[in-house]
Amino acid sequence: MITFSERQLAIPKMSRPVYLVTGGMSKFARSFPDKKTEELCVDALFEAAEFIGTTPRELKRYIHSCYYGHFADHFGDQLLGEAVIHDRLGLDPLGNIGIKTGGATGGSTLWEAYKTVASGYSDCVLALGWERMDEVPTDEGNNYISCAADKDWETPLGHIYTGYYAVMAQKYWQVFGRKEESFRRTMAEIAVKNRGYALHNPHAQGPLRITVEDVLHSPVVAYPLRALDCCLMSVGAAAVILADEKTALQLTDNPLRIDVAAASHTLRPADRRHMAIPLLPNETPDQYRDLAERFPGSDRYPGFTGFLAARMAAWYAYGMTGITDPTEDLDLVELHDAFTISDMQTYEDIGIRPYGEGRTYVESGDCYHTNPHTGRPGKLPANLSGGLIGCMHAVGATGIMQVIEIGQHLWGRWGEMHGDEKKWARFGRDKPDDWQDLQVQGAKRGMAVSHAGVGSHVTCTVLQHPDYLLSGGTFR
Amino acid sequence: MSNTDNRGTVRVVNDHYQPSGKFHFISPNIPIRNEQGDLMGVTNPRDIIHIHTYGGEAVFFESLSKGRLLATRCDNHGCEACGSIFQPFRIHCPDCLVQATVIDMTDTAKSTARIHTFMITERTGAFNTLPKPVRFINVEFDRVCTILMGYLCMGEPEIGMKVVPIFNTRAPTYTILDLWWVPAGTTEDQLPENFTFG
Repeated sequence: MITFSERQLAIPKMSRPVYLVTGGMSKFARSFPDKKTEELCVDALFEAAEFIGTTPRELKRYIHSCYYGHFADHFGDQLLGEAVIHDRLGLDPLGNIGIKTGGATGGSTLWEAYKTVASGYSDCVLALGWERMDEVPTDEGNNYISCAADKDWETPLGHIYTGYYAVMAQKYWQVFGRKEESFRRTMAEIAVKNRGYALHNPHAQGPLRITVEDVLHSPVVAYPLRALDCCLMSVGAAAVILADEKTALQLTDNPLRIDVAAASHTLRPADRRHMAIPLLPNETPDQYRDLAERFPGSDRYPGFTGFLAARMAAWYAYGMTGITDPTEDLDLVELHDAFTISDMQTYEDIGIRPYGEGRTYVESGDCYHTNPHTGRPGKLPANLSGGLIGCMHAVGATGIMQVIEIGQHLWGRWGEMHGDEKKWARFGRDKPDDWQDLQVQGAKRGMAVSHAGVGSHVTCTVLQHPDYLLSGGTFR
Repeated sequence: MSNTDNRGTVRVVNDHYQPSGKFHFISPNIPIRNEQGDLMGVTNPRDIIHIHTYGGEAVFFESLSKGRLLATRCDNHGCEACGSIFQPFRIHCPDCLVQATVIDMTDTAKSTARIHTFMITERTGAFNTLPKPVRFINVEFDRVCTILMGYLCMGEPEIGMKVVPIFNTRAPTYTILDLWWVPAGTTEDQLPENFTFG
């Protein structure tokens, strides 16, 4: 049993509030034979500038330091790719740094940018992420991704990262899913939902009109995970501007409060040791006493069924922002659905549902924009962007894309940014005849979860409309 | 001489790497063009041999070739984790960072190993050398606080199934691939080529 000290569990107290000013994204696709990475980054920065009615040239004059998320040097085949992009964006002589935390790179880039503004080092920063995953064949890409596992102990075992999630899917299905076919169908429903939402997103790479049966009959990648359970391999870029209050209000009339927290756990799932379940504000010590009786095989925590890093990132983020119950306090979430199983696991790790009951978030209809059972708005819609399964997973950009998507809901501009006919045409994509405005009406708060490896790094980014800040938290 | 003859090898002499042979193999770039014949880019071929140390884990990989499964144990009485056995082998206790004691857990593995969870895949990444389908198993042991990932080379995995380690003692690769697993009850004559029970 491992334990944590009070100092380790201390809720971060920042020196001043930080605001999301704007954000922009490129098109996301499996490959861009006609564009260099810098062109995609420029596209993202242009969209961010235009979103607040300015130009990159003007916006750059506010930026004081730069944070670049780019996970895989070997995919990009360029060491110090961050310096290349920084130069191409014409941001010399500003200080800049590259951030790499696997799948959580986008979230971690925001974490670094956030702390820089909160500390007072910079009043305004650029956080920009991208990934270039199209310049090797898919099996080489799978090998490259598996290099993020332990290269002596794990990578040689198949060179396929999906396998590391598949063992978790197997355990979760047998323990919390009780081997029920209905559970497997619920998992598949996540893939149907997210690919369906991607239909309404011009940036999205993987929109599909599919059914649960399609998911269950798609090719096995790593049993029990099938092709349609898995996220996309993508190319693209996303950029945001963070600032202190004074600078933010010089750039826009309505910046959003942003807070970012991060946590970690072992790179190798093999190294996970048993511990007591750390409790979130909406949980009680008695709640899990009989968990192993209700779900035989769940006696190890986090075992292979949960992500400690997600739980702890939520712990810090909720403490910082005053969230006591994510389902009540948040209006939407963007989760790191690298695989349908990890999406399900995260519902429990961040306290949307108790451990063992994640499936009810989907089955109740709460995770939908419009609850399919009631026809009313979903209680806490998830991944309206399409997520990693439907929109993209251009790794360094992913966590930033999630936050832009939530921001557009809080700004009430989701329909404008996703329905624009010119954008669909510019991206060479057909806007569907049944395109739907997925704007979450009255959205005031949202959270994005960015996640790496088999839970090695996780960040939680909370956005709040400044007129609707939660009480509590370590500062307002 | 072909491009891949004289592939690089390395010795350590006086605590320094002493490479000999070729460590990179050059082949030309080839243009990439679109359907109209316009230049879009080039291929960048490369074939490189990296050098890699196992450091304090070298004894683990050497022992696999001898049919033994080593682990480590924290013996620091001032540490909360004292007595914890780590498999995967950890050089240092993750709590106190004191160098852990190397122990031989071959017999523990043979008598208590069982499948914690598993997966089966026909798809692998580039450079995979394992026969397909690949069956990953995560193996738990009595008195060991961690769960080792491995490869089940025969039988259909089930959670809770008892397994035993086998070792590539006849043609070792000195990698984790020298350790495979088989269902308990498997006999020596059923083992794959080059593998033994140690």
